[in-house]
Amino acid sequence: MAGVDLRGVRKSYGETAVIHGVDCAVGDGEFVVILGPSGCGKSTLLRMVAGLETITGGEIAIAGKVVNQVEPKDRNIAMVFQNYALYPHMSVRDNMAYGLKIRGMARAEIDRRVRDAAGILELGHLLDRLPRQLSGGQRQRVAMGRAIVREPDVFLFDEPLSNLDAKLRVQMRLEIRKLHQRLRTTSIYVTHDQVEAMTLGDRLIVMNAGIAEQIGPPLEIYGRPETVFVAGFIGAPAMNFLAGRVGQGGKSVHIEGGLELAADHQAGAAGRTVTVGFRPEDLVRGGPGNAVRLRVDLIEPLGADTLVHGSIEGGQGQVTARLPGTQRLAAGEVAALTLAADKLHLFDKDSGKRI
Amino acid sequence: MIKRVAFDHAWLPYVLVAPQLAITIAFFFWPAGQALFQSVLIEDAFGLSSKFVWFENFERVFGDPNYLNAAGVTAVFASCVTVASLSIGLLFAVMADRVVRARHAYQTFLIWPYAVAPAVAGVLWGFLFNPTVGIISWILKQSGYNWNYLLDGDQAMFLIVLASVWNRVPYNFLFFLAGLQSIPKSLIEAAAIDGAGPGRRFWTIVFPLLSPTAFFLMVVTIIYTFFETFSVVHAVTGGGPGKATEILVFKVYSDSFRALDLGGSAAQSVVLMAIVVSLTVVQFRYIERRVHY
Repeated sequence: MAGVDLRGVRKSYGETAVIHGVDCAVGDGEFVVILGPSGCGKSTLLRMVAGLETITGGEIAIAGKVVNQVEPKDRNIAMVFQNYALYPHMSVRDNMAYGLKIRGMARAEIDRRVRDAAGILELGHLLDRLPRQLSGGQRQRVAMGRAIVREPDVFLFDEPLSNLDAKLRVQMRLEIRKLHQRLRTTSIYVTHDQVEAMTLGDRLIVMNAGIAEQIGPPLEIYGRPETVFVAGFIGAPAMNFLAGRVGQGGKSVHIEGGLELAADHQAGAAGRTVTVGFRPEDLVRGGPGNAVRLRVDLIEPLGADTLVHGSIEGGQGQVTARLPGTQRLAAGEVAALTLAADKLHLFDKDSGKRI
Repeated sequence: MIKRVAFDHAWLPYVLVAPQLAITIAFFFWPAGQALFQSVLIEDAFGLSSKFVWFENFERVFGDPNYLNAAGVTAVFASCVTVASLSIGLLFAVMADRVVRARHAYQTFLIWPYAVAPAVAGVLWGFLFNPTVGIISWILKQSGYNWNYLLDGDQAMFLIVLASVWNRVPYNFLFFLAGLQSIPKSLIEAAAIDGAGPGRRFWTIVFPLLSPTAFFLMVVTIIYTFFETFSVVHAVTGGGPGKATEILVFKVYSDSFRALDLGGSAAQSVVLMAIVVSLTVVQFRYIERRVHY
């Protein structure tokens, strides 16, 4: 087992730069999730770790050894592909044994490893089937089995669950988590699904347009997003944003429309343009904090929660609040809510960075 | 999924397929029926009288050393053309699939020979290798090789194989290329990560996945060598020298239109027909069993 170090990793196709320098040290046994919208370069980054894409600049090291010029087969990694990439003409057993046979492993050892992996993944009764005779979830497990038998330094997952239906995805997500707790193999997992990212990762790398916007544990990223992009990308329903200016004394913000919100920390010189963010669940009934009056446009009762969409008096734009499911509200009503000062996220308008 | 199309008039679908049916009946079923019918008759050379003889024509055909010779020649010819055109087509396809720059130019040029009719291909190669005026035979003679396919049976065979292969490679190339491009890239990448080098990847992943294509092409090419190459033989060697390049389909032609042994040649074409029918059956059986992975 080993860690993976990314040092200033860059990628460009001709003139077009797609990854602008990513730095991250993935520790031994850590599960790191690369999260981002499509086209942000997250799969490219993973494929560079795998050796399927050349590295334009910077260094990638696996187990302390720089692998920029090392062939994929010599990096001691295993990858699970989005479309599983099972060899269609081989049985499940042969699919899993392929990489071991090529490495010239003894038959008995191959058999043992395949049987072990099949046991872990409950594939024992399917070993002689062909991939086309399997369901989506079973294929997914075979793809993981093929990775496990190799006992590699690093597992790489390229959106492995995106071809499964919602229910199976939840189930496989748990299985991947359990598998990692059992094997403790360093893993890098690429996804655009924030729930997968939050539940699987020890740490997340949130990527946008080829830049790692924030790297950190899921709850830290949720609770303290470093940029407007991260704040808006993580969390569903998304964080609310209002435009405003820092008020006199630097500890309050004037929202466009007239509302004034008190912040819990110094936000810079008066008049500085900022973006104010707050999560839907931070708008609550009662308690200390800024009084906010929400004119209700639309209610979405979800059972446990009720999502309330509307506009804030003295503010511009749509705002969503997540209230307990017991709340009874109707469109057209005005709800008196509070927003605690320490729940405000302030970002510089120009740089998008957290203040 | 099968689509069911609804027509407003019951007669419309029949009208729509009528032209194709008419062509098939006029040019396939009718001649085939005639051949079956004539194969059990013996006709005099002037076509004035004929006699029903059961299977005497077939007995004569299979007892004829010339026919057995033609069968042997066909076997050699068909296997040479099939093996060569399949392997060259596959080689070109693998190469063309790797090329990044100007790949469309390569692909276009590689497909061109297919646009040349087999007869024209035959004339072309016959001319290049013509013992008196051919440029390649001039080069061969300059380098001390005694080239004269009009006298040497092996050279004649080489020449018709060459012309047929040249004519056939593009077709095989095209199918192999399509086959290669339909293999998901991630399979190759998965194999690369699993530790397989390029050669190993080709033989353990790519080639098995191409095998249905290869099998289809093999059958189609065999059928090509049995029939369409008639014009190559006709244009280049006329079956000679001696009977060194007389393939079965050419013998059918020369026995009927030159020797006027209509019954005998009809029997031969029935045998050919049987071979093709059985090849086609095998083909469909196999393809039906394993089209998709």
